[in-house]
Amino acid sequence: MIRELLRRPEALLGGLLLLLIAGAALLAPVLSPGDPLAIAGRPLVRPFTDPAFPLGTDGLGRDLLAGVIHGVRTSAAIGLAAALVAVLAGMLVGTAAGFAGGLVDEALMRVVDAFQIVPGFLLALAFVSVTGPSLAVVAIAIALGAWTGPARLSRSRVLALREADFVAAARVMGMHPAEIALRQVMPLALPPVLAVTAVIVAGAILTESALSFLGLGDPNAVTWGGMIAEGRNQLRSAAYLSIIPGIALVLTVISIYLVGEALTDVLAGKRQS
Amino acid sequence: MTSLATCDRLTVRYPGAARPALADLTLALHAGEKLAVVGESGSGKSTLARALAGLLPVGTALSGAIRWSGPPPRPGRDIGTVFQDPGASLDPLLTVGAHLVEGLRAPLPLGRAEARARAAALLARVHIPDPERALAAWPHQFSGGQAQRIAIALAIAAGPHLLVADEATSALDVLVQAEIVALLRELCRDAGMTLLFITHDIALAGTLADRVAVLHDARLVEIGPAARLLAAPREPYTRALLAAQLDLASPRLVGTRP
Amino acid sequence: MPRLLRRVATRLLGSIPVLVIVVVGVFLLLNSAGGDAVDAYLLSIGGGDAQQAEELRIRFGLDQSVTARLALTLAQLARGDLGYSVALNRPIGAVIAERLPNTLWLMGSATALSFALGSALGVLAGRRPGSAADRLLSAGSLFLYSIPNFWLGLVLSVVFAVRLRWLPVSGIETIASGKTGLARAADIAQHLVLPVSALGMIYLALFLRVMRAGMVEAWGQDYTLAARARGVAPWRITLNHAARNALLPLVTMLGLQAASMLGGSVVIESVFGIPGFGRLAQEAVAGRDGPLLMGVILVSALMVVAANLLVDLAYGALDPRVGGPR
Ligand SMILES: Nc1ncnc2c1ncn2[C@@H]1O[C@H](COP(=O)(O)OP(=O)(O)OP(=O)(O)O)[C@@H](O)[C@H]1O
Ligand SMILES: [Mg+2]
Repeated sequence: MIRELLRRPEALLGGLLLLLIAGAALLAPVLSPGDPLAIAGRPLVRPFTDPAFPLGTDGLGRDLLAGVIHGVRTSAAIGLAAALVAVLAGMLVGTAAGFAGGLVDEALMRVVDAFQIVPGFLLALAFVSVTGPSLAVVAIAIALGAWTGPARLSRSRVLALREADFVAAARVMGMHPAEIALRQVMPLALPPVLAVTAVIVAGAILTESALSFLGLGDPNAVTWGGMIAEGRNQLRSAAYLSIIPGIALVLTVISIYLVGEALTDVLAGKRQS
Repeated sequence: MTSLATCDRLTVRYPGAARPALADLTLALHAGEKLAVVGESGSGKSTLARALAGLLPVGTALSGAIRWSGPPPRPGRDIGTVFQDPGASLDPLLTVGAHLVEGLRAPLPLGRAEARARAAALLARVHIPDPERALAAWPHQFSGGQAQRIAIALAIAAGPHLLVADEATSALDVLVQAEIVALLRELCRDAGMTLLFITHDIALAGTLADRVAVLHDARLVEIGPAARLLAAPREPYTRALLAAQLDLASPRLVGTRP
Repeated sequence: MPRLLRRVATRLLGSIPVLVIVVVGVFLLLNSAGGDAVDAYLLSIGGGDAQQAEELRIRFGLDQSVTARLALTLAQLARGDLGYSVALNRPIGAVIAERLPNTLWLMGSATALSFALGSALGVLAGRRPGSAADRLLSAGSLFLYSIPNFWLGLVLSVVFAVRLRWLPVSGIETIASGKTGLARAADIAQHLVLPVSALGMIYLALFLRVMRAGMVEAWGQDYTLAARARGVAPWRITLNHAARNALLPLVTMLGLQAASMLGGSVVIESVFGIPGFGRLAQEAVAGRDGPLLMGVILVSALMVVAANLLVDLAYGALDPRVGGPR
């Protein structure tokens, strides 16, 4: 599979980019030791003019490169955490609905409908404003708008599997329905959900950046959205303050899409042959 | 007996395929005859049909030649094609009338009103009841047999001299199948059309065709008059094919030869 | 027509329980917060004594139990009354009615733009899958799809408003310009160019990809091959058969994106200082105004329901196979 991936130029590009980004996230304390929010030098050093600050400094003299490197940790952590929560919650609800059927199914699916007709971003906004911004809250807030996709996907898969022979066999053996649902059926509903996980992670990163941009991110963490918002006040004189973290954001999201798309393609091709 | 088309050592290889779908095929199609092509799935029957109808996908490698007696035929105008699944070969979003008007105006210089008038006549010709109403109906509102009649009307719209029917009856149940076969026979007789009838049902081929060609593994195994080929096959493969079908056998088909 | 009406009625009735779930859910969420609008309000006017707070709470019914207030809220909303905003000191319905048009213009234009351009470019890309045009457009759409809308808004305004000065930086119209009629419409249109582009770009990319996928699907179907066999001109097969069929999944996608686009307009309105419905959501959060936030969320949900109903009707009109409900 790896070899197949390597044959696609766009997957290769995305993969390299993603490796670079993951490396930055893991090695952030080594690459840029110290507090990225601390004042490091003169304010408003332009990018590519001072080797000490390759990407320049902001209005307070904070190193932009350090911000970008530490921001990737926030983005990655929240993107992965939100996707994990969304996938887990969605699969549990979808499996329960599909496996139980009847009224339970009907009720759970109306809840799914309810979450789908409320704009996820508004829900996240409301949740963060009520609970107070912290990394965990932001991740859950984002997951609130993202779990319905996995729920629907796993439900339809479970509906198809419910009458399978192995389920009947497990019933005959006296296994508890909940155990059958969780241990036997749910894992089989994973592939279609995994296929959309990259999209969920990328979407979560975008939503987090929008929340931080509106000032609803964790105030103690460096976030790209927050950096873009701060730079906004100097848009006329120092647009690079907003543009540079935005580029980091775009590159991260695009690399996830590229890798995710290639993975889905390769897996789909595998299933066909 | 003039030949309409001749395949000369025709070899067809689809893009990216390891093996050719047709290899070294030499075969003449006589004007006015009904030639059946039989063979198991994957033997290259549809490939032959598509090569003759000019419908091979782009990037397909062709060697050898197809020689036509006249100028190269234009799809729709000189060759009509009928496909296996009548439901799928009609666009679900267009009315039957829109299909026919489009099909008539593509090869012929007709106005919209003229095309519409001819469309109703075409439907009557393939025995669709109440053609005027059928023109306004959608494909999904017809049964498989009726949809196939409509597809046939579309194929013969411009009065082609060759009709290619690629498994045109395979998706239908036996009674409807017999009706469609009868319709094809009638249309060929009335218009003097040549018919290339593709099927995997060798007995059906025998009831309809003048000659039968047997394909196996991209190659032509045997070709000859229908009666002779069914009664006294020369090649072991043809014999095996016949034996396999007679085993499954419906006495009906054995008895229907005139 | 009666069948159509019945379909609309069934859909609307079916969405009532879902809307109730929304209201109850949002109510419980908002009530789990410490501190309420009265606290926030008193803080904003520089403080007040306990008695004043108590009076305000009684006036807005904030002194009762959670279940009692939930029942009150449901009954009130069922009457079509969205309540009173403490933060803005105005009826919520009136505020929303005032803000909604701006957002509808923004979203409507962004939808129209992204749908028209996205489907047209999707046809161009899907006309011959694998062609140079296709690869360029597919790569370009993936890139556009990865750009956060608020950042795109900032970049566009740096380039076109700040540097080139072609377009206004913010607002929905020139304040106190005294313009009326067509001149005012042109002024608003000018103000909308950048926000609409910023909001619509991601959907343009999405619609392009969905349209292209639909075209690829159509090329694999017998009806395009059959049309070729009939001698129908390639451009005609592309437009009349492949594109027409590819439009169906695109229409479905349009309904699915309504909620996401409303969320996007919150941020875009903030970037471009448009006094719209999305900004109202932000103001409700900032003012800790629960009823206002409830009103905003409920009206958004209603708009999503309406959008999906419209899409459903459009789908029914486009696809003859769709008869009754579902
Ligand atoms: N578009 C294509 N690209 C690549 N290979 C193809 C394509 N179409 C057909 N083939 C291959 O070419 C061979 C011959 O196919 P063809 O469709 O001519 O067979 P057939 O005799 O019509 O079979 P069937 O009875 O199943 O219709 C098969 O091995 C098939 O897999
Ligand atoms: Mg075939």
